[in-house]
Amino acid sequence: MASITLQNIVKEYGDGFPAVNDVSLDIDDGEFVILVGPSGCGKSTLLRMIVGLEDITSGDLLIGGQRVNDLAPRDRNLAMVFQNYALYPHLTVYENIAFPMRLVKGAFGEDEIDRRVRRASTMLELDEHLDRKPGNLSGGQRQRVAMGRAIVREAQAFLFDEPLSNLDAKLRGQMRAEISRLQRQLNTTSVYVTHDQTEAMTLGDRVAVLKKGVLQQVASPRELYEQPANLFVAGFIGAPSMNFVPGTVEGSVLKTPLGDVALPAEAASAGAGRDIVLAGIRPSFFEDASTLSEVQLSKGSTFTAELTHTEWLGNEQYVYVSYENDPRVAETMRTLAEEMDADELRTQLVIAVDAASRLRGGDTARLWIDTRRIHLFDPATGENLTRDAEAGAELTRMAREDRRRDAERAAAGRT
Amino acid sequence: MATGKRLSGRQRLGWTVLTLLVLGYALFPVASILATSFKTQAALGQRAFLPTNWTWDNYAMLFTGDARDLFLPALRNSIGITLIATFIAVVLATLCAYAIARLDFPGKKVILGSALAVSIFPVISVVTPLFNVWRGIGLYDTWPGLIIPYLSLTLPISIWTLSAFFRQIPWELEQAALVDGATQWQAFRRAIVPLAAPGVFTTAILAFFIAWNDFVYGISLTSTEAARPVPAALAFFTGASQFQEPTGAISAAAIVVTIPVVVLVLLFQRRIVSGLTQGAVKG
Ligand SMILES: Nc1ncnc2c1ncn2[C@@H]1O[C@H](COP(=O)(O)OP(=O)(O)OP(=O)(O)O)[C@@H](O)[C@H]1O
Ligand SMILES: [Mg+2]
Repeated sequence: MASITLQNIVKEYGDGFPAVNDVSLDIDDGEFVILVGPSGCGKSTLLRMIVGLEDITSGDLLIGGQRVNDLAPRDRNLAMVFQNYALYPHLTVYENIAFPMRLVKGAFGEDEIDRRVRRASTMLELDEHLDRKPGNLSGGQRQRVAMGRAIVREAQAFLFDEPLSNLDAKLRGQMRAEISRLQRQLNTTSVYVTHDQTEAMTLGDRVAVLKKGVLQQVASPRELYEQPANLFVAGFIGAPSMNFVPGTVEGSVLKTPLGDVALPAEAASAGAGRDIVLAGIRPSFFEDASTLSEVQLSKGSTFTAELTHTEWLGNEQYVYVSYENDPRVAETMRTLAEEMDADELRTQLVIAVDAASRLRGGDTARLWIDTRRIHLFDPATGENLTRDAEAGAELTRMAREDRRRDAERAAAGRT
Repeated sequence: MATGKRLSGRQRLGWTVLTLLVLGYALFPVASILATSFKTQAALGQRAFLPTNWTWDNYAMLFTGDARDLFLPALRNSIGITLIATFIAVVLATLCAYAIARLDFPGKKVILGSALAVSIFPVISVVTPLFNVWRGIGLYDTWPGLIIPYLSLTLPISIWTLSAFFRQIPWELEQAALVDGATQWQAFRRAIVPLAAPGVFTTAILAFFIAWNDFVYGISLTSTEAARPVPAALAFFTGASQFQEPTGAISAAAIVVTIPVVVLVLLFQRRIVSGLTQGAVKG
């Protein structure tokens, strides 16, 4: 186990295209860090540089405090799980798992190998498949064999490149829990690449968001959600994604196409004096005003709108409201949609209301916004004008604290 | 449904007939030679397909009789030269094809292109200059003197088939091995070679056939039993007297040299199964 430190890492491919640009990241010993971002943003490239399959163009990579830029993969002692598993088809499951140990001549006796393979196979419930070939296994079983191969050797860190993307939804949930449990049990430093929201939010102690090779923000899932650094992070994290409503701050009121919204003092002052800002409002910041008490209503702002349609999903309900977009932010929104791999430009609010709400498409409803949680963004730079760095850091500190408790529990469980 | 079934039945009949035709066309000469090899000298002139009196005389002549001094050394030469040429071709082609499939280096296209160009040259246009050069440097009538030209025949096709084969093996297997702690060589030996084995065997058989069947080099670049291979030696067979054709002995020799090829194919048939890479990566 070891910490991993990336200092100003740059990767340029042969054509001069910087796939990873000036990324610096400190990963603590035992920490679980997720790399997330849209397709082609350089996640795999970054992971492959850490493991040593790709040369680093410039910058330093330290593992356990030691510079490893020029070490071959085998000398870095990391374990990796590939997106398509990369199992050796000519070897049995047993031999696949034993493979890394057999490579080190004389380091492991036959008994030791057997003991470790069996421990891993028990942990991963592969005991009855040890004599089978990977070709005859199901996707989830192959996935577990790949995990087994990674954990038998006491590697310094685990690297995962979208390990669950080839599984169906149900199995993915199951394996996600498995990976989380295993990582906490072994307490091994892990870097996990994904573009799946749920994996990023549930697995990671911290999540690093990449856009076009540039690191946008590294923080705990809660901080990313509550205090995003910029428009891109705000839009990328959370599903359904954040609504961005154009508006102008006049005094303590935000004038939007939806109506006037009263802002808290800090937000109002952050947005004051600007031609136009984008108000980031998550679907869950809204509520059907008729279901709220006076006390709650007074904590936010209300407006009326005609609903275009509603979607009832059992545990929650989405209602949609169309509005006229401001031409001054159309370009920003188009770029954002492109960057996030989203296909359409939405000039439609997504609002999550209580599943019990009887709102229907065509209704004119009074809706409530929790204005305390609104963020204002500069449409030109994407910067979050209302970000509370202090509060954000506190959220990440709390996550680190949780992590430490988990580690202690795991250590206690082992002894 | 019913019509579809009848149609497929008719198709099956069509295919069967076609297969039988092709088989007959391909195997008739072999059967004819086989029959001839068992005929007595007197029966050779007769028009009957099957020998009236079956005899082992022709085979006896090859191994114990007059033709023995011609045939046995030639058989030894053929086997030795062909095996060595095949082995070298397969080893070189494996390494070369691996580099071509895996690495991006300048001149990659040139190598593939020139391999193809070499194999396009007609053997007959090369053999005379080669004859002169070999005489000059002392390779004439030696094993290496045949092995080298055989490599020029077998290497191009070996490189082409093997690089096509290597391209199908997922590169990630090798990367996985590197991460698992293998050296480049170990990754090649333990993750790639086992998967490439069917391709290597296929290539080896192709290369073996090419070298085994060569006649032009064999007859032009040798003069004694020091290096003369079987196809060339057949031309030197003589009958018991000046007026007798050695047809029987030649037929017997032809059958004898066919046997290793058949054995080889039967032996390795099981290994030439593709689909071994199945299960390496997601289904
Ligand atoms: N071998 C290569 N040569 C040139 N460019 C490359 C190479 N590999 C990747 N790239 C480029 O680098 C960028 C980052 O690629 P990378 O594979 O790291 O993306 P990713 O974030 O893993 O995407 P995905 O989610 O689709 O896997 C892409 O724009 C890609 O075109
Ligand atoms: Mg990728």
